[in-house]
Amino acid sequence: MLAAPLLVVLLAGTALSGEGSSITGTLEYIEGTTRTPVPGVTIIVTRDSAPVGTVVSDETGHWEVPVPEPGVYQVELDVDTLPEGVALSDPDRGVLPAVEVRAGQQKVIRFALGPGTTSSVAWWPRVSGLFLVGLKLGAIIALSSIGLSLIFGVTRLVNFAHGELVTLGAVLAFFFNASPLGPGWHLLIAAVPAIVLCAGFGAVQELALWRRLRRNHAGLISLIVVSIGLSIALRYLILVLFSGLPRPFTDYAVQTNIEFLGISTVPKNLVIIGLTAVVLTVVGLFLQRTRLGTAMRAVADDSDLAESSGIDVRRVILVTWIMGAGLAGLGGVMFGVSEQVQWDMGFKLLLLIFAAVILGGLGTAFGAMLGGFVIGISVEMSTLWVPVEFKTAIALGILITMLLVRPQGLLGLKERIG
Amino acid sequence: MDVVTILVDAGRAAIGVPAAGYALSAIGLNLQFGYTGLLNFGHVGFMLVGAYGLAITVDRGGSMVLGLVVGIALAVVLALLMGIPTMRLRADYLAIVTIAAGEILRLLARSTFAAPLTKGIFGIQRFANDFFAINPIPNGKYGVGTFRFDQRTLWVLLVGWSFVIGAVLFVRRLLRSPWGRVIRAIREDEDAARSLGKNVFGYKLQSLIIGGTIGALAGMLLAIDQQNVNPDAFIPLLTFYAFTIVIIGGPGTLWGPVIGAVIFWFLFELLGGIMAGALAEGWFGDLLDATDVAQLRFALFGVGLMWLMAKRPQGLFGSRTEMLIDAR
Repeated sequence: MLAAPLLVVLLAGTALSGEGSSITGTLEYIEGTTRTPVPGVTIIVTRDSAPVGTVVSDETGHWEVPVPEPGVYQVELDVDTLPEGVALSDPDRGVLPAVEVRAGQQKVIRFALGPGTTSSVAWWPRVSGLFLVGLKLGAIIALSSIGLSLIFGVTRLVNFAHGELVTLGAVLAFFFNASPLGPGWHLLIAAVPAIVLCAGFGAVQELALWRRLRRNHAGLISLIVVSIGLSIALRYLILVLFSGLPRPFTDYAVQTNIEFLGISTVPKNLVIIGLTAVVLTVVGLFLQRTRLGTAMRAVADDSDLAESSGIDVRRVILVTWIMGAGLAGLGGVMFGVSEQVQWDMGFKLLLLIFAAVILGGLGTAFGAMLGGFVIGISVEMSTLWVPVEFKTAIALGILITMLLVRPQGLLGLKERIG
Repeated sequence: MDVVTILVDAGRAAIGVPAAGYALSAIGLNLQFGYTGLLNFGHVGFMLVGAYGLAITVDRGGSMVLGLVVGIALAVVLALLMGIPTMRLRADYLAIVTIAAGEILRLLARSTFAAPLTKGIFGIQRFANDFFAINPIPNGKYGVGTFRFDQRTLWVLLVGWSFVIGAVLFVRRLLRSPWGRVIRAIREDEDAARSLGKNVFGYKLQSLIIGGTIGALAGMLLAIDQQNVNPDAFIPLLTFYAFTIVIIGGPGTLWGPVIGAVIFWFLFELLGGIMAGALAEGWFGDLLDATDVAQLRFALFGVGLMWLMAKRPQGLFGSRTEMLIDAR
């Protein structure tokens, strides 16, 4: 039956397509010519950072993780579970990021184990490391949320298609940087046209869609539903053009850790945090010190009052869209550097963006920045205590607590929530 | 391109199990969105807890009737969890919390943490054997020409559409009661309803609970048909299928969701058939393959939703002047 292919594929997909595919292997400790099986070691299989399965090797060192369908999986050996005196022969081969499994295949993975010690990571380096990763995620969220918050401020639109601006920034940069059809520029150069095009797309959206809807006096609810439709349309269009396979940029994809203030991290994390700090300062100065920035805050505060005091509200709204979309595009490029470029990366980030914006106060730029960092750091640090899979749930928890305690957000005004 | 086959397939989809399931789901959403003005973007979460409540209960040795009760209870709990923090706030806050909650429930269902109950990404299968065991329809194919259903599908259809009609009658009963008049008053003007001494918060919460419960029943129906629940079936897109159906049929109309579901699945399947046909005829050249075409259909669905909400928010057949939602 051809009816409802989506449901058939999705509901029955696991049962039918991947029958029998798995990733398997045997852990053996090799010293000279003697081979000893290594039991009790945890192997974690994930896909797009979502868990697929976790197993512990048995007495013969054998392990097997069934996978639902053919595709690319990440296989990780948890070095903390290796017995005393046993270590990976090559410490960098503990995580295999791209293991391809074909339909019905029993993909065999070999982890080379030899003598050595793997000290489990101590408390403080783990905490400081997670704090830095959280700061980086916070930077990406902060950049991406300013636009959503400011656009809400000036137009009262909660734009559910904002995540797609993030994706668009990353995908455009990917085109100029790594795509075989593109010019193959260095990422630093490729990011410029990507952000400009993203900002331009923001302007086009405002002029062609949102301005017209506002002129027709479309209500709050219709605008939100239209933005959801736009989000779906853009997301699947990007999927058609980019394909579902996550891919990295050609630059900065793989880096070795360096020590920074006693914290071990990859250099790109520090660059993302530093660059974001500069951009956020510039945005802050623009909002506080320039005429246009002041006008923007005035419109966000009270659009009618701003209009009657001679501010060109339509122009301010257009500038807000350009700025917000450009910043979201930059956030997308950084998100792509930090992880990989993926067709639904922005939609995944959207939940964190919403949490950040509501935490900081819907409609305020500084609130979005503050909220972004709080959410980024809390989400990453939470993995000290809760399973990684609950990262997003933590953000929702913060969001709901905030709505109960102080719905206008940290920096918001009470009247806004009405 | 075989026009007849495409039309027959589309026609079958229009009255098929997904159409029945989504009609039911949309009836719940229509009560929330069309009649009360609640922007529930996490309707898929209700479908998920319904389906999982049933599947887990049966998997753990309970009966299907107990599973039905568990699914409904979970939907009520979910409505309370999402509703209490947001019902006092503007509509967009509910939208944000519900879309996030729906997605987090999906992530929870596929997590290794919950895997002992939910079986993680593999999902739970074959939990509806009791339902098919009491199928009274003799084996065979029923219908005309290629337009046929086997006894299994027909049994699901019979039960599914009975539930749809039952739900419509139930909603009609509700709306003709004082309760129904209050929720419509809330949609029109919340402050006015409050000034008449109505507990707006309580009424909105009740509407969310009842609509969510109907959504959970829809989730169960779709899961029973497939004999399979899987976390990745419950993507946010499902919520917006239901939204599109409600808007096609006209929000705040009694039979709107049912008519909307039939039209939606007919058009969606017709579009799929035409696009697949066009691909087979080579109209797309080497530009697109079968996967691309399938994905392009979702992009067109998004455009369709935008167009409907912008141009015909009152439904395909409603009149703009009688537009009920958000007429400000």
